[in-house]
Amino acid sequence: MKMLPFTIMTLLALLFALPVFAVDTEPGLANRHLEQRYEILTHELRCLVCQNETIADSSASLAADLRAQVRSQLLAGKTDDQIRQYMVARYGDFVLFKPPVQPNTWLLWSGPFLILLIGALVVVLVVRSKTRILQQTHSGRAEDERDN
Amino acid sequence: MIPEIGQMALVLALCMALVQSMFGFIGAQRGDTAWMRVVRPAAGAQFGFIALAFLMLVVSLLRSDFSVLYVAQNSNTQLPWIYKIAAAWGAHEGSLLLWSSILALWTVGVALFSGKLPLQFISRVLAVMGVISIGFLLFMLTTSDPFQRLLPPAQQGADLNPILQDPAMAGHPPMLYMGYVGLSVAFAFAIAALIGGKMDSIWARWARPWTIVAWLFLTLGITLGSWWSYYELGWGGWWFWDPVENASFMPWLVATALIHSLNVTEKRGMFKSWTALLAIAAFSLSLLGTFLVRSGVLISVHAFATDPRRGIFVLALIAVVVGGSLALYAWRAPKLVSEDGFAPLSRETLLMLNNLLLVVAAIAILLGTLYPLILDALNLGKISVGPPYFDSIFTPLMLPLLLLMGIGPYVFWKRDTVGRLLAQYKLTVWLIAALTILIFVWLWRDAGLVATVAAATAVWVLVSTLMNLVLRWRRHQLLTRSVWGMTLAHLGIGMVALGIAVTSSLGIEQDVTLSPGQSMDIHGYHFQFAGTRDVTGPNYQGVEALIRITRNGEPVTELHPQKRVYDGNSSSATEADLQPGLFRDLYVALGQPLGNGAWSMRLQYKPLVRFLWLGGLLMVFGGIFAVSDWRRRVRATDTALSAGQRAVARG
Repeated sequence: MKMLPFTIMTLLALLFALPVFAVDTEPGLANRHLEQRYEILTHELRCLVCQNETIADSSASLAADLRAQVRSQLLAGKTDDQIRQYMVARYGDFVLFKPPVQPNTWLLWSGPFLILLIGALVVVLVVRSKTRILQQTHSGRAEDERDN
Repeated sequence: MIPEIGQMALVLALCMALVQSMFGFIGAQRGDTAWMRVVRPAAGAQFGFIALAFLMLVVSLLRSDFSVLYVAQNSNTQLPWIYKIAAAWGAHEGSLLLWSSILALWTVGVALFSGKLPLQFISRVLAVMGVISIGFLLFMLTTSDPFQRLLPPAQQGADLNPILQDPAMAGHPPMLYMGYVGLSVAFAFAIAALIGGKMDSIWARWARPWTIVAWLFLTLGITLGSWWSYYELGWGGWWFWDPVENASFMPWLVATALIHSLNVTEKRGMFKSWTALLAIAAFSLSLLGTFLVRSGVLISVHAFATDPRRGIFVLALIAVVVGGSLALYAWRAPKLVSEDGFAPLSRETLLMLNNLLLVVAAIAILLGTLYPLILDALNLGKISVGPPYFDSIFTPLMLPLLLLMGIGPYVFWKRDTVGRLLAQYKLTVWLIAALTILIFVWLWRDAGLVATVAAATAVWVLVSTLMNLVLRWRRHQLLTRSVWGMTLAHLGIGMVALGIAVTSSLGIEQDVTLSPGQSMDIHGYHFQFAGTRDVTGPNYQGVEALIRITRNGEPVTELHPQKRVYDGNSSSATEADLQPGLFRDLYVALGQPLGNGAWSMRLQYKPLVRFLWLGGLLMVFGGIFAVSDWRRRVRATDTALSAGQRAVARG
């Protein structure tokens, strides 16, 4: 329990780790196409020591190392997937902000669509039953109701 | 002495909350008027005591009383007085006190402005709010006492977190909490109605204005937060899908759905049980947001496990509130069946689709936010869920919602036909078709397909909303303040969507290294780095750069981005500088010094980025208009009701 204040302070310090954004000093990549791939990749990779930051935005030295790594691999002609695989091999899935589709993320990726599907089904059923009610109660011409 | 007064006040407030709940529930159940008459004064007294406690914390901060642990940890003698006050919600204990204070404020608001509601109903509403208050006061008194003493007192306080030393960020938490806690009103109305077993449209009419007020504060809080992160965090981002942001966005989505569904319940007496469920969900998500932000569980599941007391308390509170209300719902809701129907093409159907998309979006965000925590807790792997996931799920849900939003206000309640819509709104249809083609021609090559489609749907919303207003006016239909409110809010959404589509696809961001005298061209703007100078602020030291921006040789502006180191805890921060414009921002942030006066920096051109926050403000104004209409509508329906009763009595 004595550690409690300390733990809290550390947590707070982590939470409030200040934003000091990152800019590298290397010259730009050779062409616009590589530049774009660099942008996308660095925005998909997580700075592992930071609080929810991409390596593109973090100023931590680890993020700088990873950016240099992405840059040199791009220049060496590696594909985006090869670079991602390299990162995952070293740091695990945690490094990817876009989680790969695999058994432990199936629910994550399919969940929203399953819920949308179920919800849409419910909407269809409700609308059908409401239409039936409408037909039963207004056998003649229905009086339309305007909004105010 | 002062902190002890605060603590005593909290204990007394807890007693009052107990009185408020007990007398409310039992009195309403027995139909005992004398008991129920106690509830309103108890709510008032509770508010008085909590306000006193809050005041005592503020006084301790203003006096820099470092014998109070919270003050020593979050304030400093050199802190400007306005931020000493803001420090009252700068950390865990204080923000809980703010939460409770705002809850008490809403409670008193409900007690005061509910004169015409039956005493039994309002007693139950206040009793439910009392229970929530009991939970939070107990939480504060047992695990997070803001008035805990520090012996011996500290000589000097640690500083307030520099991030919070900013007007927008200082105002951000109170706004968000007003929104979070405001949703407790709709929740309490729903629970009271469920307990009483009477879910008529009167319930919805009374709950709606409170929900809109809560929603507009939430909107304002989120807008402020986004604006703040844009100019303060230093890299020009305005939304990060950070769990803390998601925590405020989920209740917003559900509250938006709730406002629309309350509309159906009020006007057509339908969707009663669904509306009640949404009211429960919206407030539950607010509680969940509080839990996520306050328990430390977001930093890591393991950090949570080392100090689980706070997290467990909030979790238990959520379990009681959510579990209890869902059980009540399961027991009572099937009684709320309506016997009215509508056709497949009708306002009702479109609003159901609106609710479907908003709720699925909220659930998707909830899934993405909690999924990594749950996997980690179950030892099934450590993954990150970030912006690429949320963007890819959220965008396809929002585009159809925008399309619906353009059509919805034109469609009649109950039943309508495509033929009538096309015949009566020919001009709108042609206008939108023409503009869509123009947008595709203008944007597709530069912005890509998704952004172009998004921009076109945004313009669709803007044009059809404006045309709807114009046509109502030309046809001499009554333009009530509710219509204005809806129009403004929908225009706001359209602006936000357009801003997002354009700025994220056409914005330019360039990292460069410049020595004094060097320059860089971006989108026709010439950024010249003139050099740096040292600056000293009240509680920081720093370096300030001078960037001159010209266009075609004409001066545009001078920007002064800074890099600061704060004295209190020697943390450093980037102060970006920008020139705002209605159609584009120019943005410069300093990176690191690289010797010989050279600096790395990030230069940005951000088209239409202002639309994001202007749109947010427009939504807030829409909410204000809609609420200001409420008294008139309530009076009108009351008159109609009593006239009807008279007629019945005579007949």
